[in-house]
Amino acid sequence: MSKFQRIEVLRFAPIFTMVLFLAPVCAGLIGTWLPAVGIFPALGGEEFSLAGWHELFAYPGLGSALRLTLTCGLLSTVLSLVLVIGFVASCNERKSFRALRRFITPLLAVPHVAIAIGLAFLIAPSGWFVRLFSPWATGWTTPPDIASVQDPYGFALTAGLVVKELPFLFLMTLAAVHQTHADRRLAIARSLGYGPVTAWIKTVLPAIYPQIRLPVYAVLAFSLSVVDMAMILAPTTPPPLAVLVLRWFNDPDLSMRFVAAACASLQFGIVAAAIGGWRLLEILVARLARPWLIDGRRGGGGDTLASIFGFTATMVCGLGALSILGMALWSFTRRWRYPDVLPSAISLDSWMRQGGSILQAGLNTLSIGLASAAIATILVVACLENERRQSVQTTTRGLWLLYAPLLVPQIGFLFGTQVLAVQLNIDGTWWALVWTHLLFVLPYVFLSLSDSYRNLDERYVRSALCLGASPNRTFWRVKVPMLLRPILYAMAIGFAVSVAQYLPTLFAGGGRYVTLTTEAVSLAAGANRRVVGVFALLQATLPMIAFGLAIGIPALLYRHRRGLRGIA
Amino acid sequence: MNQSSGQGRTQGRLALRNVTLGIGGRPLIAPLDLEVTGGEIVTLMGPSGSGKSSILAFVCGTLDPIFDTAGKIFINEQDMTNLPPERRRAGILFQDDLLFPHLSVGENLAFGLPQRITCRQERQERIGQALIEADLEGFERRDPATLSGGQRARVALMRTLLSEPRALLLDEPFSKLDVHLRERVRRFVFDHARSEGLPTLLVTHDPEDAAAAGEKVLEVKPAMVDNFAAPITPQKNHEMSTNDRAEVGIIKKSITVTR
Repeated sequence: MSKFQRIEVLRFAPIFTMVLFLAPVCAGLIGTWLPAVGIFPALGGEEFSLAGWHELFAYPGLGSALRLTLTCGLLSTVLSLVLVIGFVASCNERKSFRALRRFITPLLAVPHVAIAIGLAFLIAPSGWFVRLFSPWATGWTTPPDIASVQDPYGFALTAGLVVKELPFLFLMTLAAVHQTHADRRLAIARSLGYGPVTAWIKTVLPAIYPQIRLPVYAVLAFSLSVVDMAMILAPTTPPPLAVLVLRWFNDPDLSMRFVAAACASLQFGIVAAAIGGWRLLEILVARLARPWLIDGRRGGGGDTLASIFGFTATMVCGLGALSILGMALWSFTRRWRYPDVLPSAISLDSWMRQGGSILQAGLNTLSIGLASAAIATILVVACLENERRQSVQTTTRGLWLLYAPLLVPQIGFLFGTQVLAVQLNIDGTWWALVWTHLLFVLPYVFLSLSDSYRNLDERYVRSALCLGASPNRTFWRVKVPMLLRPILYAMAIGFAVSVAQYLPTLFAGGGRYVTLTTEAVSLAAGANRRVVGVFALLQATLPMIAFGLAIGIPALLYRHRRGLRGIA
Repeated sequence: MNQSSGQGRTQGRLALRNVTLGIGGRPLIAPLDLEVTGGEIVTLMGPSGSGKSSILAFVCGTLDPIFDTAGKIFINEQDMTNLPPERRRAGILFQDDLLFPHLSVGENLAFGLPQRITCRQERQERIGQALIEADLEGFERRDPATLSGGQRARVALMRTLLSEPRALLLDEPFSKLDVHLRERVRRFVFDHARSEGLPTLLVTHDPEDAAAAGEKVLEVKPAMVDNFAAPITPQKNHEMSTNDRAEVGIIKKSITVTR
């Protein structure tokens, strides 16, 4: 009886998931676009008006905000992509590759706010880099008066984005390389006399690019509309567009909401145009590169390229690691005067003094993260199991839908989502927060789990069924245990994504819920590096613990099961 | 294995009546009628892609729904065609042993034992007995991954037999074993199938398997090259087009080999 019920319930899993997940995005977009054209009954906007847009275009800083947004967003995406492709192409057969690979995965778990805060300390005029060389090399006995963080060109923000995006694109590329059996193509090209880099670019890249296209677009959309990192690393007068939107949404003058909505719509348009433009560029590059693909040039050994890309990739990851290390040191610092390279006195004071707010923010972060990760995992497993039982395939279009919340800029729809939440009377509740986090957690959980789930040898299930086990029993006793590691890993990724969310927490929480991330961002504006260090470190540690458990629990449970090591 | 019917052994009967399989509107297996009596081993021979494994999947109820099917499956005169796989009690062995890697050897066997045997001691005894039969006494707590190929194949058979199947389906279960092992495992499986009185359907492309089974052999010819499985080479294509459509499908060529 329960078996048939179960199958019925499962059938609705994809639809239910899609509605749960896309409705807030669609409602959010509409709820943002309507106020942009003057319609927002709660504030007395009853009829169509372009006043918001007029006011937006009259804003004197709009031009510089746009320029900043575009340069940081485009530059960081191009840099990250070129770096990743260059690094994988030139170093994939080298020892350094494996080493860096092991190092990059944990870096992915570090929330971008923690990276931004750490990076700000590294490159600040009174930061670690200056301290290392002062005063003996630079002669600076006091911090120099240069704007190295929040610089007018947005270089600091661009660097922060690259540090954060490189690991993501790198891991997506590796997954694609794995899926397309790139090693065989490479072996053939090498045996035909092609140099390693040329072989990779000519035979592997064309095969994997379609697979990393959506991740690249997600990176592009994120970089063009990032708010939390921009609040720490980008200039403030004017800030990038997305920060401007947030500022106006929070303006005490409620009529600014119309301007904010217009600006949020503009932000959406920019991201859409950028993705469209990128697509055109792809077509152009593919066409222009065609003659080069078949001109027979074999390329050299690629040693120079390998050194350049190996070095740069290592530097970028090193920057990420140093950021965390610096913040960790600050959190335990009692006294660390300029230009000392290390603190002169260490203490737990900052941790003790923040005990209360750490507990509050930490518990919120934990409960929201665990709930959204668990719900996302259940939904994803249900969808994948349904896919298996109905033997349907997720189409490319389905994948686009899944990516929707990652391609639409958060600032472009979260305001509208909040309006929806107010109407459902769940605004500012814990459930609204979990739901909003789910929008961003679910895609990553799906991406992480789907391959392992689909690759499980179906004959294990058939064997179990033929041994007389019901589909239910087969699922719980065979599938879940065999897939425990990828399932827990996907959950850990979901948890890490939730921990990192800033805007969704701000909007859905209605300011009532403080998490480690919102606390870290609001503290970052202050001068107390010790306190910021505490929150940044905690924020980076929680996901690490989650990953540790996700890897450790199955390893412990299955320590006597050698056959499981190959799976996942 | 001591089954409910005791020493007499269930003289089971597996019957396929007018079974056809197709995919995307194209026939794969032409109407097939087949009867296997208890203790008999019938062999389906054919190259890969001929759909012979799909017949087994159809019998045990795990065939991918993208296939178009017709015909009926009977085990002991009971119509199985619309039953879910777990209620058909058709045990199957694949090329790979497919022992669950997260369970120990003993736990794998326990997974096969019917739920109705609730007494823990009895379950332990049945498992112990099965291991003795497989010449693996005391292997209960071992990790299946630490066993040799031949040992794993024997555990896999025991797991299936413990589930008290009413028919045994063999999907090239010996093809991945070393040559010297193949012969021994084959004899082990066949002997058990016969002494259990199980109607057994063996699918293979290895003539030696068929010779060893020594009974009825049916040859399956590819109705269509399975273009889901492998890219079609031009040569193959050509061969296919010269094939007479009427001849494709399954050709019954009963060869009776003396035991």
